[in-house]
Amino acid sequence: MSIDIETARRVAHLARIRVEEEELPALAGELSGILTFMEELNEVDVEGVEPMVSVTPMRLKRRADVVTDGDIQAEVLKNAPDAREGFFAVPKVVE
Amino acid sequence: MSGLNELTIAEARDALRKGEATSVDLTMACMTAMDAASALNAFVHPTPEIALEQARAADARIQAGEAPAMCGIPLGIKDLFCTKGVPSQAASAILEGFKPEYESTVTSRLFGAGAVMLGKLNMDEFAMGSSNETSTYGNAVNPWRRGNDATPLTPGGSSGGSAAAVAADLCLAATGTDTGGSIRQPAAFTGIVGLKPTYGRVSRWGIIAFASSLDQAGPMTKTVRDAAIMLQAMAGEDPKDSTSAEIPVPDFEAALTGDIRGKKIGIPKEYRMEGMPSEIEALWHQGAEMLSDAGAEIVDISLPHTKYALPAYYVIAPAEASSNLARYDGVRYGHRARLAQGDGITEMYEKTRAEGFGKEVQRRVMIGTYVLSAGFYDAYYNRARKVRALIKKDFEDVFAQGIDAILTPATPSSAFGLGEMADADPVAMYLNDVFTVTVNLAGLPGIAVPTGVDQKGLPLGLQLIGRPWAEADLLNHAHVLERSAGFVSKPAKWW
Repeated sequence: MSIDIETARRVAHLARIRVEEEELPALAGELSGILTFMEELNEVDVEGVEPMVSVTPMRLKRRADVVTDGDIQAEVLKNAPDAREGFFAVPKVVE
Repeated sequence: MSGLNELTIAEARDALRKGEATSVDLTMACMTAMDAASALNAFVHPTPEIALEQARAADARIQAGEAPAMCGIPLGIKDLFCTKGVPSQAASAILEGFKPEYESTVTSRLFGAGAVMLGKLNMDEFAMGSSNETSTYGNAVNPWRRGNDATPLTPGGSSGGSAAAVAADLCLAATGTDTGGSIRQPAAFTGIVGLKPTYGRVSRWGIIAFASSLDQAGPMTKTVRDAAIMLQAMAGEDPKDSTSAEIPVPDFEAALTGDIRGKKIGIPKEYRMEGMPSEIEALWHQGAEMLSDAGAEIVDISLPHTKYALPAYYVIAPAEASSNLARYDGVRYGHRARLAQGDGITEMYEKTRAEGFGKEVQRRVMIGTYVLSAGFYDAYYNRARKVRALIKKDFEDVFAQGIDAILTPATPSSAFGLGEMADADPVAMYLNDVFTVTVNLAGLPGIAVPTGVDQKGLPLGLQLIGRPWAEADLLNHAHVLERSAGFVSKPAKWW
């Protein structure tokens, strides 16, 4: 499977990473190389094999659905690049 | 007496308890060594004020007679661990300026046991790399050189700063994390001990996530005994990490009996790689003889799906990374790109992530996005997860045959020169993980032990792989290997 420029553009957008037009051919080439490497997996007979979902045979733990923290607005906002009036600020989303 | 910074954890612990040294003395000795080692670029955020405060508190505890083993021991902390009020940016520009409001479980356990933090250590960006060359801080440098050749060598990666700092005696030990070999490969490249515990043995809470089903933190130390002491303080169930195991933590140091008589050590034929340097092959053979001389039985085994571990890893790890790294959006923390007139939220995301992520991280996020995208999920991601199940079963089968531990080389070469892989394709760099990545896929414990030097004078390591949750046994095997190999070489100081 090789990745064309159109696919590279689409993947970059899905990943929300801006890639300049002139860099797309090189990116497509690199991604194709990595995918070729992954295609070695097609040699393996995986008929009837369940995909691994849990590293160790354990049930995920559960806990009571209760509030255990909160009232830390200042801490939550402290590292924000732009915080105003107790909110994260972003460019206008809705016209 | 050698410098206090050259002590092992065990030696320092005993000296502190006998009153022969104070934690402040140890900490000052390490800080002096750090100041003189800027050429190694290992420590990227030194924290001398925190260190001295913690050292004074540790001395008070020791005087009061209440001193856990790690009390007063100066450590380096990989930049991947969130440390409260201290820069924690996973060596990425996208987390520039980020100072967590909380402490990771591993560091809070270590500090609770009285350990001292000297500062944060260099690494590959988001732990994605095998040479520490993807760091926003620049390369960390291996204290080892090829004899008189001054070519700077990689300390390995991703925990390259941790490995360089421990090998150069800038700290007594360091924390590392290992997703595909990131503790064991740098340990082997720098002649130190690196342990990746069983998945779930150590809490991942507060460690910046790369691939959550593979990531595990562990100790990087000068000796196997030190790895046992430090793992003791790091391990255990944590309600904040639902994958941390409710399994009792044994006394790891007490397990170092040196008696491995009757144990069965497996030698997997699939790890005999074409093009592997003959000295690594010879070292592997010698390692098996050492264990055999100590009374273990050496058994030839087969792990038939080994060949497919790397391609499976390079589907699964990027898939998980693309999901984990979605949180870096320029909204809640870290870097936000400067926007042009009329830019909306999509431009903000795309420009922020293009500026903040380095090339290798971008590549892996995009590969992960691709293999998870509609139409390719089954062909790549689900197939890789099925192959992963087969790789795990390979190990389960040999353990069911009575194998106690598996001996392999740690790396396919000794440390290479910084920049030497710059023009190679990304897959060539991924081959560094060929012997270590199976262990992460199967969730097993693995340890790299320094066992020899090659013709260039560079350290080489062997890896022991253990049964799940059998770190105690694994450490005992490693202890025997360490003792028999008698590796005592240190890098000649040039920095």
